[in-house]
Amino acid sequence: MIKWTEKLCPQVKNIPPSGIRRFFDLVSEMKGVVSLGVGEPDFITPWHIREACIYSLEKGYTMYTSNWGLIELREEIARHLYDNYQVEYEPRTDVLVTVGVSEGMDLALRAVLAPGDEVLIPEPCYVSYSPCTSLAGGTPIPILTTADNDFRVTAAQIEEKITPKTKALILSYPNNPTGATISREELMEIAKVVKRHDLVVISDEIYDKLTYEGQHTCFSALPAMKNRTILLNGFSKAYAMTGWRLGYACGHPEVISHMTKIHQYTMLCAPVTAQMAALEALQNGTEEMQKMVAEYDRRRKLVLKGFSEIGLTCFEPKGAFYAFPSIRNTGLSSDEFAERLLVEAKVAVVPGSVFGTTGEGHIRCSYAASADNLIEAIERMGKFLNQLSLHRQEACG
Amino acid sequence: MDEKDREILAILQNNSRLRPEQIAAMIGVDQAEVEDRVKELEEKRIIIKYHTLINWELAGEEVVSALIEVKVTPQRGSGFDNIAERIYRFPEVKAVYLMSGRYDVSVLIEGKTMKEVALFVAMKLATIENVQSTATHFVLKKYKQEGVILEDKEKDRRLVISP
Repeated sequence: MIKWTEKLCPQVKNIPPSGIRRFFDLVSEMKGVVSLGVGEPDFITPWHIREACIYSLEKGYTMYTSNWGLIELREEIARHLYDNYQVEYEPRTDVLVTVGVSEGMDLALRAVLAPGDEVLIPEPCYVSYSPCTSLAGGTPIPILTTADNDFRVTAAQIEEKITPKTKALILSYPNNPTGATISREELMEIAKVVKRHDLVVISDEIYDKLTYEGQHTCFSALPAMKNRTILLNGFSKAYAMTGWRLGYACGHPEVISHMTKIHQYTMLCAPVTAQMAALEALQNGTEEMQKMVAEYDRRRKLVLKGFSEIGLTCFEPKGAFYAFPSIRNTGLSSDEFAERLLVEAKVAVVPGSVFGTTGEGHIRCSYAASADNLIEAIERMGKFLNQLSLHRQEACG
Repeated sequence: MDEKDREILAILQNNSRLRPEQIAAMIGVDQAEVEDRVKELEEKRIIIKYHTLINWELAGEEVVSALIEVKVTPQRGSGFDNIAERIYRFPEVKAVYLMSGRYDVSVLIEGKTMKEVALFVAMKLATIENVQSTATHFVLKKYKQEGVILEDKEKDRRLVISP
């Protein structure tokens, strides 16, 4: 019998499974749960996009595309980025269509990192950055952001962590899990540090369209940043297309061509059906997208008001579709809180600790849920908090 | 009417059971302002009624609906308005529209049986002065009504927890 424990690569074995997994198993056994734990839109992909994909299948679009992706789609992506952020990418050399931002992140890290290179990762953040950095042979260096600065990383915090081994910085605003956004001025300060220390920036801007206050600033649109930035984005959040698995990476032709090499040997190309759908999304999807964004914004405000009424402290998230309230004054860890909230009040949230050490003391609540479900969830959470404080008073008295 | 009014209307059209304080939270004003605005919209009859969309078929009730194309001779002075009024006053008539194209007035009628609807057309509608002709089209199946798909097969298939 083969002993897999001996065969498996230690680097892979050392990577912890996602902290969400345990929760997922717990939730699946329960009935009547209202979930604020979902990291994807509650809208189904708009019909015109699905219909365009069906039509493409009828016409026989079932083949491989160029490794880079359909040229029509890359042209549309470049046009879109220029229209939105006045940043110019050459569709033939600077744009690579990927299988979601997840693949784009992996390609970027693998193309850039040599063994031992350090990657600065502001936390809390999406769960994949640190494991993908390790898998690519790099060393993840967390930068801890907190509610005190609305979960925005500062130029000074970045500079503090820089060593001779620092190769890259990952930015992800608007942020999952906190909903934080960052201003152009703050990014300009970060850009100075990036330039001074000659860093590569990998900017995951998948939530760019879901910015509710102020304008989103595309990092590569900042002066002198385009050539040292790998811009990652995709269709999942803005167009409610998570399951289509489609994203793109933009950057200097030199890095994009090396990323394309990895992509070519591991993925060949992104699925053509998803590419055809994405083309329709970019060409005709703005109106429906804006409607969805307006709806998220209403829910965001509803949730914030609800949380403040039940006594949950929450900094105001201005992007994505997450609120990240503090549960510190309950005396519970975020893991305990989330588990008890699930079992006792049947509301599913994700413990903040899953997203990094400074996520501890917080829970991630997704408001990609109907207003009715949000209202119900907040009511249940309110009752749960009341009971918690009653018990605590009894224990103290 | 301003942007806030339009937003209130859009929210209420989709879900009229939301309470003023909830709407207030959604659009970032205080509860009293929403209440005042809604009151004014009601007084102006911009908000006419709060109703419930019901799938009667699923409730086991037999409902027969028909769309009637009506050709009408318009009258000097009042055009189609007086004739339309004589039609829409009947409680059996659920909707009346003046149309462009091959016919003039579209009338939606609901009854318990096909016979009941057909008789209504023959006895009440066709006999109105200035009605030249009617053509009755029975509704066989309702797929979508007021922007809502009645038997929506698209349910929430998302994982309950995802990163």
